Amino acid sequence: MFHWLEQRPFFFAVMLFLTVAFAGFIEIVPDFAKASQPTVGTKPKTVLQLAGRQVYIKDSCNACHSQLIRPFKSETDRYGMYSLSGEYAYDRPFLWGSKRTGPDLHRVGNYRTTDWHENHMMSPSDVVPGSIMPKYPHMFTNSADVATAYANANTQKSVFGVPYDKKGMPKLGSWEDAKAQALEDAKKIAADMKNQSVKDAVAKGEVPEIVALIAYLNSLK
Amino acid sequence: MQSNAQLEYDYSVVKLFTFSTILFGIIGMLVGVIIAFQLAFPELSNLAGEYGTFGRLRPLHTNGVAFGFTVSGIFATWYYVGQRTLKMSLNESKFLMTVAKLHFWLYFITILLAVVTLITGFTTSKEYAELEWPLDLLVVVWWVLWGVAMFGMIGMRRERTIYVSTWYYMSSFLAVAMLFLFNNMEVPTMFWANGAPSSAMHSISMYAGTNDALVQWWYGHNAVAFVFTTPIIGMIYYFLPKESGQNVFSYKLSVLAFWGLMFVYLWAGGHHLIYSTVPDWMQTMGSAMSVVLILPSWGSAINMLLTMKGEWGQLQTSPLIKFMIMASTFYMLSTIEGPIQAIKSVNAIAHFTDWIPGHVHDGTLGWVGFMIMASIFHMAPRMFKREIYSKKLMETQFWIQTVGIVLYFTSMWIAGITQGMMWRAYDEYGSLLYSFIDTVTVLHPYYTLRGLGGLFYLIGFLLFAFNIFKTMTSGRVLDKEPANASPMAS
Repeated sequence: MFHWLEQRPFFFAVMLFLTVAFAGFIEIVPDFAKASQPTVGTKPKTVLQLAGRQVYIKDSCNACHSQLIRPFKSETDRYGMYSLSGEYAYDRPFLWGSKRTGPDLHRVGNYRTTDWHENHMMSPSDVVPGSIMPKYPHMFTNSADVATAYANANTQKSVFGVPYDKKGMPKLGSWEDAKAQALEDAKKIAADMKNQSVKDAVAKGEVPEIVALIAYLNSLK
Repeated sequence: MQSNAQLEYDYSVVKLFTFSTILFGIIGMLVGVIIAFQLAFPELSNLAGEYGTFGRLRPLHTNGVAFGFTVSGIFATWYYVGQRTLKMSLNESKFLMTVAKLHFWLYFITILLAVVTLITGFTTSKEYAELEWPLDLLVVVWWVLWGVAMFGMIGMRRERTIYVSTWYYMSSFLAVAMLFLFNNMEVPTMFWANGAPSSAMHSISMYAGTNDALVQWWYGHNAVAFVFTTPIIGMIYYFLPKESGQNVFSYKLSVLAFWGLMFVYLWAGGHHLIYSTVPDWMQTMGSAMSVVLILPSWGSAINMLLTMKGEWGQLQTSPLIKFMIMASTFYMLSTIEGPIQAIKSVNAIAHFTDWIPGHVHDGTLGWVGFMIMASIFHMAPRMFKREIYSKKLMETQFWIQTVGIVLYFTSMWIAGITQGMMWRAYDEYGSLLYSFIDTVTVLHPYYTLRGLGGLFYLIGFLLFAFNIFKTMTSGRVLDKEPANASPMAS
């Protein structure tokens, strides 16, 4: 049979494709619907938090930080309750990471505060001596892309039926509504910060990357 | 053309891809060395503002070496091995020649755009699928062009039976097409911006959370399979017998190893998700199939080693054979190490640690890198019609790089296991013994050694680039094509 196939490239390719594709089909299809159900209490991110999530992705924080607490005592002692599938139901893309050069961040909002992040992002080794994390001063001057965060949220709502604007869920509304809401959320974060230029920027109606990022990190619980 | 006439193979596309293999190899490996040293000396992370941080450069390194260096090497060798084993020449068909050239230029532009977009922060975050949607579309176009060229060439063949190497190249084409399409299903968000001035580059994944992770590692693991494994096996099945003048040891073993690998490899993707939130049966399946994977992997590696039966003397006389045998040996090391890490209890310690990049690099540096460089060394005298410039330089390169690889993976073994054990250590009162930062600072010497290992490898690669450049420009001109052993000046 093999020799026959080797002389007929078309059938060889078909046979090859079926052999390769088989496993993916069996592995991925059966649990696909089940795995996409949210846990009770899981909410989609607000526009400001999504803008922060985009900053997290832009600077590939996930290259060094995981967001997946494994069900071991040593991990739950260090990071909190192990991760559940439904908690990720609105994560597009997922941000589990594959390497912990730095600690896990899945529940970092439970034990770090706005001012801790502010100092740490400006100069990690001043907060954690020996830290090998880069400094991120550019996040204090770059503006977060709130418009794209809104488009992101609205895509989730329109295309994937993510329950924005539902009872007890974050409001989205029009772009103008969302922009105003994001700025209001940003002001709350900036109120807990010390950096004057960040405070001034927010007062002028801008959202520095650091503010959005902290809003996102605080939401990880 | 009569079938008994000597075919004049056309190497213009092979040369283009060889050039990009070397160019992207230098860029990708250089960035790799930089980020390795950044972990040992974090001040290096802040030399170029936001564009020089580890986070921005790491995707550049992985994409540079995987889709720049390795994929170029795959295309270069395909257009060489394809023509020769199918007994056809690209210059027999204007259409295929155009397709192949277009394939190269679109590919080259895509990788250049990838460099620019990754460093400026356009990424989807999914590993080895970081490129944003407009670039993904470009990738699809040139991947299809490769397929057209491949099946076009097969259609024109004079040799009825398809050789083993082509099976493997074909498997890369088909599997990567499937994996890439499904994992990169993404929705550009600008179409739902509702009047907001949003970025045109941004997209979100079609899948959420656990499902996204599942599809990503089904892709991620098998990108390793069908970029770093199968096409490289295709190379060794052609270049080792050709260079050594030996027949492949066993046809039956080739068939068994090929179909076995095709069937088993995809299952193993689940081992990236052990103790995660994907269904347990899948994690177990991934773990078990990873162990089964040893059989087809070692099948082809042993087939290659046995091809040298009775001819081991060549290992002493030819550095080219040395590169290929070492590659095959590293392949065996890597494919026994992977299954070990996939065992659940080992994975509990190894996952998230530096043992994983250690494992990746004994495969990529030792197996992929050596095999691609060996292939180019073998092709050079044939496509440039010149003798290899320096055998001594090859020997030097071989040892510098081998030492580099050993430094790399041994330091990462120690670092990974140290960190994995420290994360789970408790004192006698039942509290965690180490804070996280303790498990970072302890790694400093190993990170330094790893950086040095990478630097050795990069130096070796520069020697390789120099040797090929000199071969091209000032190697002794050959009057006829060498049959087997590649001629090299001492």
